[in-house]
Amino acid sequence: MFLRRTLPLLVSAIFGIALILQFFVPHPASKSFYNMMLDWLIIVSAFTYLIAVQSTVELHFTKIKRKVEGWQYSIIVLVSLFVTALLGVLGGAFMPTTLWMKIFHSVKPTDTTPLMYTYLYMQMPMQSTIFSLLAFYMASAAFRSFRARSFDATLLLVTAGIVTLGRVPLGEFIYKGLPDVVEWILKYPNMAAQRGILIGVQLGIIATSIKIILGIERKYLGGGK
Amino acid sequence: MAIATNFWIWIAALLTLAIYSFLYKDNPFYKFAEYLLVGISIGYGVSVYWHNTIITKVYNPLVYDKNFLVLIPLLLGLLMFSRFFKNVSYLSRIPIAFVVGAGTGLSVPSSFEFLFKQVYATMPLKLDFGSLIIVVGVISTLVYFFFSLEHKGFVGRVSRVGITFIMVAFGAAFGYTIMARVSLFIGRIQFLLSDWLGIIK
Amino acid sequence: MKFINFISNLDKRWIYLILALCIIIPFLFPVGFPMKTTPPVKSIYDFIEDSIPEGGVVLIGADYDPSTMAELHPMAKVIAAHALSNNLRVLFVTLYPQGAGMAQDAIDNVLKEWNKSNPENQKQLGKDITLLAYVPGVSAVVLKMGEDITQTFNEDGYGNKLSELEVMKGIKNYNDINLMVELAGSSVVLTWLIYANGRYGLKMGIGTTAVSAAEYYSYLQSKQAIGMLGGLKGAAEYEHLLDKKNVYGGRKDASIGMDAQSSAHIFFIILIILGNIAYFVKKRKEGK
Repeated sequence: MFLRRTLPLLVSAIFGIALILQFFVPHPASKSFYNMMLDWLIIVSAFTYLIAVQSTVELHFTKIKRKVEGWQYSIIVLVSLFVTALLGVLGGAFMPTTLWMKIFHSVKPTDTTPLMYTYLYMQMPMQSTIFSLLAFYMASAAFRSFRARSFDATLLLVTAGIVTLGRVPLGEFIYKGLPDVVEWILKYPNMAAQRGILIGVQLGIIATSIKIILGIERKYLGGGK
Repeated sequence: MAIATNFWIWIAALLTLAIYSFLYKDNPFYKFAEYLLVGISIGYGVSVYWHNTIITKVYNPLVYDKNFLVLIPLLLGLLMFSRFFKNVSYLSRIPIAFVVGAGTGLSVPSSFEFLFKQVYATMPLKLDFGSLIIVVGVISTLVYFFFSLEHKGFVGRVSRVGITFIMVAFGAAFGYTIMARVSLFIGRIQFLLSDWLGIIK
Repeated sequence: MKFINFISNLDKRWIYLILALCIIIPFLFPVGFPMKTTPPVKSIYDFIEDSIPEGGVVLIGADYDPSTMAELHPMAKVIAAHALSNNLRVLFVTLYPQGAGMAQDAIDNVLKEWNKSNPENQKQLGKDITLLAYVPGVSAVVLKMGEDITQTFNEDGYGNKLSELEVMKGIKNYNDINLMVELAGSSVVLTWLIYANGRYGLKMGIGTTAVSAAEYYSYLQSKQAIGMLGGLKGAAEYEHLLDKKNVYGGRKDASIGMDAQSSAHIFFIILIILGNIAYFVKKRKEGK
């Protein structure tokens, strides 16, 4: 019980409170403690990513083993993951490794690494294209769902129309003062509401942080005893 | 300019078209590209971690600089792998508690500072229409999100003003979102017309 | 009524097709409408142009990935090129692995283009510009940089020791950085503002996606950020400003997209209006 629940809660409380106090104590010892904590955080964080990788691999591995519908696609994930990681680890991230240059004598240090080839010509086009599909969905939604049903909805649509038009050169061509109108909307009424929301969200974050340090909020530890 | 002769540009173009084929309907080409993307991006992440983090921040300091202080966070980090062994999996909570606890400890004072700056900037320095809009807008928006008071009478009217401001802000954000989505598509068209087909410069 | 029925039952793929044409056609027949520079863009440009002495340092945060590169990548390139044109040093930093690839591509591109158009003033990786190694920890990294940048990363993204790099000469922490421009479309902008600007007083500008631009006006008004580039239009404005100096020959990715952006926006407005007409006509019909 102590190891399972109390110790983690103690760890988070002690380090949390210590680092809050540190902020107010300008002593050199406090400063070096702060620096050490930052170093620790950086190294420990490195492992969280590896955990995420492990769970993705496990997920697709199970899919293949159980022959879940579409399991063939999981093979694509695993093969491409291992090939890319292998090329990356052996060949270097942004500059070819000495090992890679020993294997392939024609490779110079200024050459693009094999990893960057997969990044520039596979990952980059695919990821940016997937997100660009949103333009089409938005067009379809603009036509089907954005209705001026009430005063509020009309206000939203009118503002959206002004901003949409005023933020492109053609809008400026139609009416010269339009960019200034848009800038005014953004700087005053928009900014005021955005700030109201921002202040609310920040207060919420601070409240949650304090709850975590005090051990009231424990969801981050996951379920179980 | 002419159509690309570079093998890799063709790969990029075909993968782009494979994804756009989804707009017509779902198909195996799209699925293939989608899963390929997942694999490649994780593989890429692993490689960057390996060279930029593990080698730079752990291996080199330990092996070349003999900086043994690295060992403590290293062990703490390794504890995370205990989650793969059922009977000791609870040990992985310790590094998580450290990251979360220390992270929140660092954030609390700075978040307060940030909040004060935002509140301070709301105070009008001079009396003009713009400052009035800002003060009224911020306060009424906050009132709208304040649920501990029933939105009736005066509070109700203030929160009504608040929602008007919020609608203008959402409208502005929505207009901007249209712009953003269109830009993403423009980026891809530029690639297809210029780098691949060579129709434009 | 026939028309109303026709458009309300239209297959959405026709809308997709028209949108695609709205964007492709302006590329083939460009018009090039003139455009005004907005004050938030101009203030970043002016700061780099007038307020940083030669040899000064601009830190560019590449905290974006390919999904938003259409908007943010042109910003990274044009700001880096602008800094190089004033003989400033440029450091790229990223808090996410995907951002490292983006930064690497931007550096590669800008160096190539710069050296092509300025044979008498060649720039070098490691001497004028570099990419700091990717290190995990997000806010811990931002805070640690405020103490000691070399100790935060140890090496650059290419495996060279930072302490031995010419580009890092005289740089210890944020006090030695003249301006940071953070390019991101996520809450990581807030991380930089809270920790780097708030705790260490780093002067900051923001380059963001249009989705987030409306939100970030709060930071401009509170003067936590000196300026902002919002979306492709922001990048295009910056390209126009730099273009007037006539020092950099790289492709103006953002500017050449502006005609397409204009025509697509008109199409969206028409869609919303048509959709609403159909809605109100139908509603009136049903009310009768």
